[in-house]
Amino acid sequence: MTYTAGLVTILAAVWLLLSGYLDKPLLLGLGAASVAFVVFISLRMRIVDDEGLPIQLPAGLARYLPWLVVEIVKANVDVALRIVRPGLPIRPRVIRVRAGQRTDVGRVIYANSITLTPGTVTIDTEGDHITVHALTEEAAEGVLAGDMDRRVARVEGRG
Amino acid sequence: MTLEIVSSVLVIAGAIFAVIGGIGIVRLPDFFCRIHGAGITDTLGAGLILTGLMFLSPHWIVAVKLLAILVLLWTTSPTATHALANAALEAGLKPNVDETEEAPSSL
Amino acid sequence: MILAAVVAAIIVTMGLALVRAGKGPTVFDRILALNMFGTKTVLLIAVIGFVTDRPDFLDLGLVYALINFIGVIAVLRFSKYGNFADPDRERTS
Repeated sequence: MTYTAGLVTILAAVWLLLSGYLDKPLLLGLGAASVAFVVFISLRMRIVDDEGLPIQLPAGLARYLPWLVVEIVKANVDVALRIVRPGLPIRPRVIRVRAGQRTDVGRVIYANSITLTPGTVTIDTEGDHITVHALTEEAAEGVLAGDMDRRVARVEGRG
Repeated sequence: MTLEIVSSVLVIAGAIFAVIGGIGIVRLPDFFCRIHGAGITDTLGAGLILTGLMFLSPHWIVAVKLLAILVLLWTTSPTATHALANAALEAGLKPNVDETEEAPSSL
Repeated sequence: MILAAVVAAIIVTMGLALVRAGKGPTVFDRILALNMFGTKTVLLIAVIGFVTDRPDFLDLGLVYALINFIGVIAVLRFSKYGNFADPDRERTS
């Protein structure tokens, strides 16, 4: 029930933001119909749960995302400088690390954070191990240090 | 005026990162390395340009839409990248590296 | 003026992606270049919306970002299975 209410709220907010009209009965009616239809389909597909709509995450994400953005900017500058340098100073490596998250959603956030950071790309996942392709020695060391892994584990936190 | 300067700095930085990513995708030696080049344009290139445009928005809804595009790009691009890298790996494409190593299990 | 320069930079990037798409050598290089071309198109639509003072273009950009993502996944599946059908499911009809 909580999840259904959350889904309705989010869908309604998206509709209102994209349409931008709050005073046209026709558009509001179409919006209500669309929201009802999507909620109906989602319930039928049984995807309205803590995985399809992780309402437990935003509190943790609010603390995690700023750190992630800073990491992404640092990694971007590093990789960009390497690409334009004449000698192309890269040393690709493939490493396997353990993802210490409890839930699948947590592991997805971790794997996607790694991919989002230039210099490291998740190329394979099996169970709780993920395989990462790193462009440089430093990028590989960064993943091996496990800082991001612990922070993502904190995001899913108290569940 | 100040907003315009902030916006110009951001969009120009974004454009520079986008072009560098483009150079990377042409210059890097093998497929798995080129992914990192594409990653630059998708994260900071897109991020800086869209953030820069937010400062020029005539209306707050425009800024929210730019934010929506940014969130969409930043959530779908790693998923697409991972799907691509994984498909390449399964098709038998080997990354050109020195060694594969096991990590000391963190946590 | 500055936005025009940004448009030029984005088009240069798209050109570089096309170079990689043309060179290959593997099909995955081409799909990677295609994906990059798509995200650059989204940026191009957004910036041109501001150049021409028509922020409505952003809706197109939003839709294009979605289509680009689904398109890349679809092309990947096609390159893997050779058709768009669900490989895990038996045909019931």
